[in-house]
Parts: sequence; structure tokens; C-alpha cells
Amino acid sequence: MAGRLSITENMTIYQALAQKQQLIDALSQFPGLELDLSQVGEIDTAGLQLLILAKREASRLGKALQIVAHSPAVRETMDFCNLASQFGDPVVITAHEQG
Amino acid sequence: MDELTSVFIQEGREQLQALESGLLQLEQNPEDHDNINGIFRAAHTIKGASGVIECHFIESFMHKVENVLDRLRNAEIGVSAELTGVLLRACDHLAQLMDVLESGATEPEPFVLAAGERLIGELAAYLPTAPTGIVEAESEVEASGGGVVNTDSWHISVRFGPHMLRGGMDPLSFIRFLGSLGEIVAIETLADGMPDAAEMDPEACYLGFEIRLQTRAGKADIERVFDFCSDDCDLRILPPNSKFAEYVKLIRELPEDDMRLGEILVRCGAITEAELEAGLKLQHAPAPDASLPSLGDPPKPLGEILVENKVIQKEVIDAAVTKQTQVNEKKAVEARLIRVQADKLDQLIDLVGELVIAGASTNLLAQRSGQGELVESTSILSRLVEDIRDSALQLRMVQIGETFNRFNRVVRDVSRELGKEIDLQISGGETELDKSVVEKIGDPLMHLVRNSIDHGIEAGDLRESRGKPRRGTVVLNAFHDSGSIVIEVGDDGGGLPRDKILHKAIDKGLVPAGQNLSDQEIINLIWEPGFSTAEQVTNLSGRGVGMDVVRKNIQNLRGNCDVSSEEGKGTTFTIRLPLTLAIIDGFLVSVGKSSYVIPLDMVIECIELREGGADRDYLNLRGEVLPFVRLRDMFDIAGRRPARENVVVVQYAGQKAGIVVDQLMGEFQTVIKPLSSIFRHLRGIGGSTILGSGEVALILDVPTLIQRNIASGNQLQQARRLQLGNTSL
Repeated sequence: MAGRLSITENMTIYQALAQKQQLIDALSQFPGLELDLSQVGEIDTAGLQLLILAKREASRLGKALQIVAHSPAVRETMDFCNLASQFGDPVVITAHEQG
Repeated sequence: MDELTSVFIQEGREQLQALESGLLQLEQNPEDHDNINGIFRAAHTIKGASGVIECHFIESFMHKVENVLDRLRNAEIGVSAELTGVLLRACDHLAQLMDVLESGATEPEPFVLAAGERLIGELAAYLPTAPTGIVEAESEVEASGGGVVNTDSWHISVRFGPHMLRGGMDPLSFIRFLGSLGEIVAIETLADGMPDAAEMDPEACYLGFEIRLQTRAGKADIERVFDFCSDDCDLRILPPNSKFAEYVKLIRELPEDDMRLGEILVRCGAITEAELEAGLKLQHAPAPDASLPSLGDPPKPLGEILVENKVIQKEVIDAAVTKQTQVNEKKAVEARLIRVQADKLDQLIDLVGELVIAGASTNLLAQRSGQGELVESTSILSRLVEDIRDSALQLRMVQIGETFNRFNRVVRDVSRELGKEIDLQISGGETELDKSVVEKIGDPLMHLVRNSIDHGIEAGDLRESRGKPRRGTVVLNAFHDSGSIVIEVGDDGGGLPRDKILHKAIDKGLVPAGQNLSDQEIINLIWEPGFSTAEQVTNLSGRGVGMDVVRKNIQNLRGNCDVSSEEGKGTTFTIRLPLTLAIIDGFLVSVGKSSYVIPLDMVIECIELREGGADRDYLNLRGEVLPFVRLRDMFDIAGRRPARENVVVVQYAGQKAGIVVDQLMGEFQTVIKPLSSIFRHLRGIGGSTILGSGEVALILDVPTLIQRNIASGNQLQQARRLQLGNTSL
């Protein structure tokens, strides 16, 4: 059964060290992982790198890692870097964001 | 006008000048490849910069010019007189466009636009029917299926170093900023450099990006985006319309696996799949095990294969390399020069002027106080002030060469128009003079040079019949001479025709018929208002507004001009100008209670006036007749002559004269304060200055004083020569 990890703080260089551990631990703990990024206010290159790392690590271990919710900042950055299709997660755009 | 635009106009004009002088050189020396490159560079810089400030009418025009220059550079078209002619006219048009931009108009006037269109039409004759050389080359490698290619974008390939993040820089923000230059059409993120989770350092940066950017900006602007992190990232930029081979080269140079990278390039639309396959197949063919090149023979470099197969053109790579070095060169030059606004400089000069006056007053007080230490320290101070004054004035000094070089174009155009063959010889271009003088000397010089070409130099056949080389020569020369700068405009033409001048002067009623005039006096008639000798009025000169205006312009700069001419051999105009208009070294003298300053550069020596010469106005200076003026008489100064008077011997333009004064007071730094316009007509006074004591001293205008005396001096000398002749008989 898949575990769920919610990241509730920013994903920047300041949190990168702790978050890497958090992600790797969660991945090894569960057969699959659902990542909730809806609370991430800010994401920089370090945060983006961690997501790429987590995705790659999951596929190496044969586990599924799915990002189930994106905050606007995360989605914008992924779009900007053209990574959304590579990650292959469904991106939900809520109605009020669209307006 | 915003700052960027004014910088563009200033730098654009400099580039324009480089462009023009390059083109003129090209006519003389069509094979000089460095020169052609320089011309192209100048045109390219103007185009690029006009794009940055979004001045599209200049950009689009320069684009056409650049296309022609590009073909010239690639030796696709040859240099011809017609080509340089049309390019020079394009330069003129560009200058016009810059004026339009400077005037703040958004669009040039219709007639200017029409002129531009005509020029573009003429330029098109030098272009292939398919637009440009680069595009033409493109057709050799056809995009044959496998995706849409957007060739008109820059391709930027960047790999960030591991220390970026720790250094507090976020690579993403650079990429985002890149977006402000134009539109990011496609982007691919590469994380191949990132190790496995165990070794991955979350605070190190492993990412790279492949970016397609559509922008008007130049390569330098793109590079500038990454300036902050240039030490810590690996940046590669391919210009729009780059050859496919360039991408293959890029693939090869980057650390990622070739195939993977190739796919990424395909994905962001840089190349097509078919192209990629073809390129990589070629590389792998000779050595199947390309991943282990160290075993077996190393595979042939891809570039070589491609060159052999004519897929790649060497010039394309060369162009990229030269472009990069140019950017660096330009940076180096910029670092050595600082642009300062002229009025800031003027303010500095003003302040230095006040400093000089205040220093003089301090000096005076110190001397009166009789304290040795104080005198010593003020004398050191005044020496420093002198140095500051000299360096401050030096700041305003510019070389006259730039002004001279402008005449290359004038001589070329005018001589073509008249069907004469004329060379311009420039010497002394490194001579420096005050910027304000340089600005004002252009017009008089222009007139003199045109006169030399139009009236001076004879037609080729006539020259040959006179035993002179067919090509005429106009000479521009400058040098320093006792506190003045001397500019000579000479030609080896027919010289001034004395008979014709005299005849005409009599016709115009300038001199009465039958008057006996010396040769020099006849020649000097050309300075008279309303005098012109051209038999036919051309549009160059000969409208009768001529030499008198030239003379007046030069006199306004406190200078003067002379002409010497030998019939059949040529004419030389000599302009003399003061070096600076602000501060001079003066020699202080006094008559009665008044003080006067004589510019020190003109003072040769001081002698005592002996009693015997009291009633004459000349004296015997070591066998020479030296005419002199008595300031006391000239300025009608009250009081008796002192028992001993002194003569200051001054020289100007090779003429000597004496000025009789009561007392010699010594050297004195003088800040020239112009006299108010009420005193404009005063003869013999050049300005005023303030002494250390606060009194006002008048500055003597030595040239006028000398001229006053030359006539009488000459007559005396002639009389004396006659006398000597008589006695020897």
C-alpha cells in the first residue's frame, strides 16, 4: 500500500538537505509513494532537482512515485522547465487558478 | 531621449565612422581581409545595437547592408568602385537615420524612407536572388522529415556547475531572466549529471538546460545574462540558422550521452531526427565501438567527417569563433576608456581656474609675510596647482587626427565629382588641441580642402603637360609651435594666379587700378569679402562666400590664417590657433600703475631699453631691426617714463616685435576671463585676468600688436637694405 508524503514548506536550497532525507526515507519505507506538493510556496533549482532525483530513484527501485497535488509555484516551474510530461503526473488546475 | 538611446547614437556614430573609413581603405586596398572583417563588424554592431534599443528602421536597413557585406566577406562578390560607392551612400543614409533617431521622431520622413528604399534596391543587385549567403548554404542540408525545426532561434546550451546553489545563485532565475530577452520557444531540462541518491548532494547543482530562444538580442546580450555565473557554468550558444553540423559538434562536446542529447535537441526543435541519425551514423561507422575509443583506433572526429562529406562549412565555425573574440576585444577597449560628460569637465576646468587665482593670492600674501617656511610651502602648493591645471587641460585635449580623417571621404567624393585624381596625405594627426577648438575648426578646414581640390589641383591632362604626376596631392598637416597649434592645408596644384586675382580685385573695386602691390599683398586679396576666382561656379565652392568667412571663423577662435602660394607649384594655407581657450602661462609686466599680461609662450627675451632709442620706435637687436611699441603711448597711460624702461621681445608666426614697459614682474599663471562684448572692438587686448592682489590685469593680444608693427618694420628693413645696397656700390 502506498504511503503519502505531504511537503508543507518551501522546497529551496535551505530545506534541500532535510527534504532529500525525508524523500529517500519515505521511498524506502513504502512500496509506492504519493507526494502532495500543494502546500509548497516556493521551489527553486534545488527543489526541482530533488523531485527529479526522487522520480529516478523510484524507477530504479521499481516503485511508483506519483505527485498527486501541485502548488501553483511547483506547477509553474515544472512547466517552465518542460518537465511535466517527463514526470507524467496528472496536473490538476483548479477553477479559480485558471481565472 | 533615454540614456540607452543616446549611448547608441554616440557609439553608433563612432561605428559609422569606422565603417566609412574602412570602406575608403577598401577602395585603396581591396584585398585587405582584416579590413573587410572590420567593416562587417562595425555594420553588425550597429545593427545589433539598434535592435536592442528597438529602433527598427535602422535595424532593417542595416540588415540589408550587412547581407551585402557578408557576401563581400565570404568573397562571393568582389570589391568594385560601384559597390563601395553605394555602401558609402548607405553610410550617409545611416547617418541621416541616426539624426532622425536623435531628433526623437519615431519614423523618418517619407523622402528619407524613399532614399533608403532606393539604396536597398541598389544593394539588392549585390545579393543572390535567394536572400543571403547563410540561407543559401542551408539548402545543402535539407530537413527531411522527423519533426518541425525552428531554425530561426538561438540555441543555448548551459550546464551549471555544482557550486551554483551554495553560492546563493539559482540557475532557474537566470533562465527565467533569459526569457526577458525574447521568447523561450522550447526548453529541455537535463539531470543526467546527477549521481544516484546515495551520492547526490542536495545542495549541489547538477542540472543543465537546452534552450531555444527567439530574440533580437545578440550573442553578447545572451552571454551577459550568464555573466554572474560565467565562472561556474558551461555555456554554449548557437546563433539562429546554425548549420546542423554545429549541433552535432555541440552534441559531441557536451558531457551527456550523444544519442540522448541528440534526442533532446530533436525534442526542442533544433534538429530533425533524420539529421541526427545521419550525423551519428557517420560518426559511428568507422569504429563501431565508439564508447571505448581508447581501445582500437580513435574514431575520426565528427567535424572532419562532416567537412569531408560537405555537410559542414568551415566558415560557419570560423564566423562563430571570430565573433566570440570580437566580443572580448571590445570589452578590453571599453575598460580603458571612461565616458565623461563634457560639462562636468568644463566645471572642473572652471574650478581649477579659480584655484589658480586663489593660489596666486596666497603666494603673494606668503611673500609679503616674509616667513620662509610659509613661502616654501606655498611654492610647493603652487607647483602642484600648476600640475593639476595642466592635467585638467589635458583632459580636454583631443587629437586632431579624427577631424583630419573625415576629409578622406570629402576628398574622394569631391575629386570623383570633378573627375580629378587626388590623394589626401595626412600627417601630424596625433597633435592635440582643445576639444572646443576641434569642434569649430571643421568648417573652415572643409572650405579650404574643397578650395584646394576645386581651384587648386589642375585636371590630370594639364598636370601632365606641366610635368607633374597625374595624381594631385592635398596635404593636411598639424604641429605645435610656441603655444599654438599650426594646421596646414596644402596642395601641389597650380597656385594662386596673381594676375587673375589682381584683375578681379580691380574689377570688383577692391583695389584701385594701377596701384603697385607686392605679390603677397595680391595673394592676400583673396581674404577680402566677396572675392572668388572660380571661372565657373560649381556647387563645391566659388559662390563668393569664401575665404573671408573662413578667416572670420578662425579669428573667432583667437587664431589667424595665412596663405603662401607659388604659381605652378601649389598653395599652402596655414592656420594658427591657441592651444587652449582657458588658462595660459603669462608674463606679468607693469606700466605706471597698470599691470599687463603677455602670454609667456610668445616671450623670447627681455632687454633694457637704452637711452639712445628713446625717440625712435625700433631698435637694433644684435644687428636686426626690431620694431617696438610703447604701451605707455599706445594705451595713453598717465605718468612719467621711468629712468629705465624694459623691452619684452615677443614672437608670433615668425615675426618679432618689442613691447616697451616700465617694469618686469615675472611669470604668472593666468586664467583668461573674456572681456564683455562692449570691448569687443578693442584692438590689442585679448582678455582680462585677476591678480593675486585682486586687481585686474589686461592680457595683451600679441598677434595684433605685432601686425601693427610689421608694416613699419618691413618698410624700415627695406629702406635699410636699400641703404646698404647703395653704400656697397
